[in-house]
Amino acid sequence: MSRSDEILRRAGELREQVGPGLHERISGALYQQSAAVSHASVRITGKARVDWDLIADKLLTSRWLGYPIMVFGLVAVLWVTIAGANVPSGWLFDGLFWVHDKLEAGFKAAGAPWWLTGFLINGVYRGLAWVVAVMLPPMAIFFPIFTLLEDVGYLPRVAFNLDRVFRWAGAHGKQSLTMAMGFGCNAAGVIACRIIESPRERLLAILTNNFMLCNGRWPTIIMLATIFVAGSFSPVWSSLAATGAVVGVTLIGVVLTFVVCRVLSRTALKGEASHFYLELPPFRRPDVLRVVYRSLIDRTIFVLGRACVVAAPAGGLIWLLGNIHVGDASLMAHLADALRPVGWMMGLDGIILVGFLIAIPANEIVVPTIIMGYLAGSQMTELDVSNTGELFHAHGWTLMTAVCVMLFSLLHYPCSTTTWTIYRETGSVKWTLWANLMPLGIAIVVCIAVANIWRMVG
Amino acid sequence: MGACDKCIVNRGARDQSAGGVEIGPGLTNTDFTVALAGNPNTGKSTVFNNLTGLRQHTGNWPGKTVARAEGVFTHRDRRFKLVDLPGTYSLLAESADEQVARDFILFGRPDCTVVVCDATVLERNLNLVLQVLQITSRVVVCANLIDEANRKRIALEARVLEHELGVPVVPTAARRGQGLDHLTEHIYEICVGKLVPQPVPVEFDAELERAISELATELEREYPGLACARWLAIRLLDGDERVEEAVRSGELAQLVIGQGREDRGYEARLTEGKS
Amino acid sequence: MATTMNKLQAGQRATVHGLGMQGGLRYRLLDLGLTPGTVVERMMSSPSGDPTCYRVRGAMIALRSDDAALVEVEV
Repeated sequence: MSRSDEILRRAGELREQVGPGLHERISGALYQQSAAVSHASVRITGKARVDWDLIADKLLTSRWLGYPIMVFGLVAVLWVTIAGANVPSGWLFDGLFWVHDKLEAGFKAAGAPWWLTGFLINGVYRGLAWVVAVMLPPMAIFFPIFTLLEDVGYLPRVAFNLDRVFRWAGAHGKQSLTMAMGFGCNAAGVIACRIIESPRERLLAILTNNFMLCNGRWPTIIMLATIFVAGSFSPVWSSLAATGAVVGVTLIGVVLTFVVCRVLSRTALKGEASHFYLELPPFRRPDVLRVVYRSLIDRTIFVLGRACVVAAPAGGLIWLLGNIHVGDASLMAHLADALRPVGWMMGLDGIILVGFLIAIPANEIVVPTIIMGYLAGSQMTELDVSNTGELFHAHGWTLMTAVCVMLFSLLHYPCSTTTWTIYRETGSVKWTLWANLMPLGIAIVVCIAVANIWRMVG
Repeated sequence: MGACDKCIVNRGARDQSAGGVEIGPGLTNTDFTVALAGNPNTGKSTVFNNLTGLRQHTGNWPGKTVARAEGVFTHRDRRFKLVDLPGTYSLLAESADEQVARDFILFGRPDCTVVVCDATVLERNLNLVLQVLQITSRVVVCANLIDEANRKRIALEARVLEHELGVPVVPTAARRGQGLDHLTEHIYEICVGKLVPQPVPVEFDAELERAISELATELEREYPGLACARWLAIRLLDGDERVEEAVRSGELAQLVIGQGREDRGYEARLTEGKS
Repeated sequence: MATTMNKLQAGQRATVHGLGMQGGLRYRLLDLGLTPGTVVERMMSSPSGDPTCYRVRGAMIALRSDDAALVEVEV
């Protein structure tokens, strides 16, 4: 027997001899010493008169106020983001489209061929400008707020409060944290699922992260809500209505997440609930300035990066589809015709489905594509909320259409970045497919159901 | 959570490294390697960010979906590679995070290990510190969140703690940038060998102590010069598979060889340090 | 008086006697400082009643009732 084997054998013997509870004794000795050292080196120099931390904890987890505070917090964060992003979005929109007009004029003056101007300015640049104007302000507001909540220590309290529901769903309490992250960006939410140790529960969290309405989909919901639900309300009311719509759709997503997790836990992803323990860290005063600064820089870089990598090409593609004619109609029109029957069943139409198809790389593109499609490939003129409303109404939109679009947007499938992230995190083609097909299936079924019921009742 | 750094859309100037191999520009050519360990929620990332600034690079540890961040900082014209280990409560159990942390400190042989602690919850944090001290003596304890401790009327007697532990203790308030100079100075001193801490051993009950001593002696006899024999003995008694594998495969011999090389390096750096 | 951790009242303190569960959670709890001889204090519960938070060596640790029922304590 080699020396190493001998050593291992001896270790085994000693393990038997030493008796039970080895781990307890090791940990016990370590902690006994920790306690002694800590006792010797730490002094309490005074007692704070009021233990604010404890009061805060009792409040956040109290029987009557705990849940209402959480819902109120969600609504508040959403409202601040939506209302706050309104004006900057408008400025960005105006500014970037002013540049657009100047560029277009410049190209024309330089004698550029119509298709070059069209592709580069009306397509690529428009896609870029739209996404930046629409995505940057909400992200620049939401992410700092989210990071502040994280730094303060609020999120573990949310996990603490919701653990019971997660248990019912067969999932892990920490999933609430990944869902909160997915609220900003689904790809980030999927990566956050690493904090869940059990592979089964991590997979549940990854597969259902899509049902959290990411920042890219907020503008779709907000715009539709503002057009159809708020109608002619004043700006204050319309942002409240938009908030209400986003909250409503979000809550539908949350409820659906629990239901889907529960179903999966009993079928494809059966297994034991893993053990749950959670440390509630002390509340910390966050370094507000640093967080805001860091977040703003990170978010701006992210949005600009995404705009260039995803939105610009998509814009170009939309223009091409709208301007390349086969036979007597554009490619876009052909596609829309082909998809119309399916669309109608779901309470949508062909152009809307084309929009969602093109938006696979990035959810923000849905609305611009639809608008483009309705304008039949011609100029997308100065559009604001009311014009868009008229445009949609002119193409047969009703409240039902808006609701179905919102539902489809919530449910359909993750964006390509998220899909790629899912593949990298799970290493499995099967589960990546599941992550796309399952939500799509649910989206189709729900939309068909809603459309049919609405038509029957209405 | 810093997840956006890993999003492929946000690559920016950073390289993705699936194999845990550093390929970022400027991350090679470092003089020393420093490991950054600590409990979760101690502000470890803030320490990491403040020391390395933008000179960071993120990726994965090989074979695991555990995030790995490395960065570089300079002090007294020496370049230090700082490796941010996952936040762990201890190095005893078998979760992926803990394995990564333990393996790096044990087999990665950093020149210095910094254990970041939350000064307001010191007792719990010391559990990890004491475990790290069993593996290596080249440790600096960073007592972070001193500003929070002040707010809660908790006073940390750093000199007493140093005496009790046998390693340097640096109070910091990382998010305000306080204390970080002292931290880098102590890291430097340990790396060049100017400072040689003598950690206090952990005392176990008599029976356990006998078993540990016996195993440690055997290990030392087999691999003379092995500094962390006690730790390895504890893990062997506990049935730690990774350590058992290391014994079987002769990997422990590497540890000794490495140490020898380092010891010769100490001489050289000591002389340098004096000049 | 011997009892289990889940039966503690709000604000009540007790000394840990032993951990009755096996496997990963047991090691986790030991790592967090829930060793025999430790004093724990029951803090608040979630609005739904479960899990409950306990103060262990200065930190706040939340545990489900089923798991806390396996921790033997002495009041």
